[in-house]
Amino acid sequence: MTFVQAKLSPTAVRELKSICQSFGNDKGELINILHKSQEFCGYLPPDVQEVIAEELDIPVSTIYGVVTFYSLFVMEPRGKYHISICTGTACFVKGAMDVMDEFKLLLGIDMGETTPDGNYSIDSLRCIGACGLAPVVMVGDKIYGRVTPDDVIGILDNYK
Amino acid sequence: MMMESIKLTIDDTPVEVPEGTTLLDAAKGQGIMVPALCHMDLSGIGFHSGNASCRLCVVEVDGRRNLAPACTTLASPGMVVKTRTPRVLGARRINLELLLSDHPKECLSCIKSGHCELQDLAETMGVREISYEGAVSSHAKDTSSPSIVRDPSKCVMCRRCENICREVQGVGVLTAVNRGFESVVVTAFDRDLDQTMCTYCGQCVAVCPTGALSEKDDTESVIRALADPKKSVVVQVAPAVRTALGESFGMAPGTLVTGKLATSLRRLGFDYVFDTDFAADLTIMEEASELLDRLTRHLQGDASVKLPIITSCCPAWVTHLEKRFPDLLDYPSSARSPMQMFGSIAKSYFAEKIGVARTDMVVVSVMPCVAKKAECAREEFATDGNPDVDITLTTRELASLIKRFNIDFKSLPEGDFDAPLGESTGAAVIFGTTGGVIEAAARTAYEFHTGTSLTQVDFHGLRGFEGIRSATIDFAGINVKIGIAHGLANARVLMEEIRKGSSEFHAIEVMACPGGCIGGGGQPFHQGDEAIIRARQKAIYSEDKGKTLRKSHENPHIKRLYEEFLGAPLGEKAHGLLHTHYVDRSGKKTK
Repeated sequence: MTFVQAKLSPTAVRELKSICQSFGNDKGELINILHKSQEFCGYLPPDVQEVIAEELDIPVSTIYGVVTFYSLFVMEPRGKYHISICTGTACFVKGAMDVMDEFKLLLGIDMGETTPDGNYSIDSLRCIGACGLAPVVMVGDKIYGRVTPDDVIGILDNYK
Repeated sequence: MMMESIKLTIDDTPVEVPEGTTLLDAAKGQGIMVPALCHMDLSGIGFHSGNASCRLCVVEVDGRRNLAPACTTLASPGMVVKTRTPRVLGARRINLELLLSDHPKECLSCIKSGHCELQDLAETMGVREISYEGAVSSHAKDTSSPSIVRDPSKCVMCRRCENICREVQGVGVLTAVNRGFESVVVTAFDRDLDQTMCTYCGQCVAVCPTGALSEKDDTESVIRALADPKKSVVVQVAPAVRTALGESFGMAPGTLVTGKLATSLRRLGFDYVFDTDFAADLTIMEEASELLDRLTRHLQGDASVKLPIITSCCPAWVTHLEKRFPDLLDYPSSARSPMQMFGSIAKSYFAEKIGVARTDMVVVSVMPCVAKKAECAREEFATDGNPDVDITLTTRELASLIKRFNIDFKSLPEGDFDAPLGESTGAAVIFGTTGGVIEAAARTAYEFHTGTSLTQVDFHGLRGFEGIRSATIDFAGINVKIGIAHGLANARVLMEEIRKGSSEFHAIEVMACPGGCIGGGGQPFHQGDEAIIRARQKAIYSEDKGKTLRKSHENPHIKRLYEEFLGAPLGEKAHGLLHTHYVDRSGKKTK
């Protein structure tokens, strides 16, 4: 497996360190530190994880274990518009997979991938608690409910 | 404080155990061996692993709806526990069959065949067919390192390797990643082992229940060398090997097999059967001299002297030092390890003596260790590309070789090592256990310094299994403070003190493996039985006690080696052949 190598600027390294320090370099705050770091970098490539490991004095493998465990953390850059299709039980039953297939078809990418122009990425997520609106799609922070495959092209039109 | 005692019932038998006892241990006390896979308890030497994740140890507890994992459920008053009901046996078997359904079915040719805990469990649980068929996970094999082979396809996610690497060694190279069916133990970013902070200590191999982690098998190279009529093949054996090899042939743990070992090596066809113990005596000559030299200069007020001096025999420790403490590389003794000193002397002094070119000599070493495979491959231990030690085998590989050569080990007559590189003292033997190197050094340094003879050579204050120990030895008016650590996480504590300038020690001994070399990553598998490691240590001290000569500087062959060839300890020739230097290996690439 190879990962995108980010060339971290000295400023980025300083910022990551200051994120760690804002949590008192506390190993117990790792998940919060990763959230903030992902907000800052957009994703968590190996170099970012290594800076955090050194600052917190924990093995980088520990961080990698946490990052791969939680689907919220990503190691590849996401698109400018990140599309999450809920595949929780209710959405699944109501046809989320058909919606997902439509996104895949129109964008020409698979789950977890990003379009070559860097504009769109798609992923599945587990229940977001909007089961009454199933199936649900999130683009960035915006939520679309009762989505059918036919709606997908219209949703994408909003993000150009 | 008085420990509360707990009364409960296990399989209709009333049982009384101290508070805090797990159901697994309580049952064990009754002779009930509840099966377990992720659990491994070596608390006495600093390791305990148990995530309660394998669920093979489940038992029924009255009043509890679901089955309880015996490894983490504590006995409580009045508990009624059943360990062998149809429900329990059925659930355990389902869990095991599910593990087996996602495991490669190549047991016959697996390096772990015959020593595999998963295989043993399938047998003890009476698995006769695997009813589940489904996806089988597949991961690339990692053969990047000279010591350890990783085959994550055989990982059963017990996470013992991860725990020992992080908790006992403080290295943390291995980690569980992903979740559900995708989960597996790998390195950070799935890097090859040679791109990580791995020290090749091999403790992951020692605790792995399956063939997911193993040593790199070098037996074929030895077979080829033995069959080559042009080669003089020399073998050396480390002290800890003789305390454990017998286990591979069904002998009781702690059985010393020194005599049979020498005979077996001769029957394998080695031309010269020597002993690393000889070189351990040599190491002490150099290391004790270095200790005294630094100590004397320090006492004379030389501020440039680095103290404490740190032992450098353990290759995993040296690698750790170079990767983790590049700022402290002036502290370790410059003395090479006994294995490398042996190789160096064998291919110079001894090769000359028997009139063989170094390129026609093959030096094989048998070690309790997998890191030694990486050590002998280091560039600095070679002349014109010809290594001082050509091939390193583990104790396990030697056992395998003896079996392949159809030798009935148990019935072998006792033999002796050859002269001159086969003679050794008791001081060399104890190199195999934590505390032993520094005790051996103390015996010699004391006599060198005081010019008087020790009446009592046993330094009991240096012995034991505690992770970090310390003792003060009175060198006729100078109190020499000695620190000992085994397990690299313990060593780090002492190193951080040096970094802060607060270390009170003059000398520190470090061994990477818990218990020292007797608990090495290349030894026959202990499978979590701490008594085995303790028995090996007892064997070491009894071999020392049985020797007429127990101080390295009294070894007559060592004396002659200095007279005929080396000159004086720390002299120019000794420096070239017996000492080394350390390199910063912390670089960005080796994260």
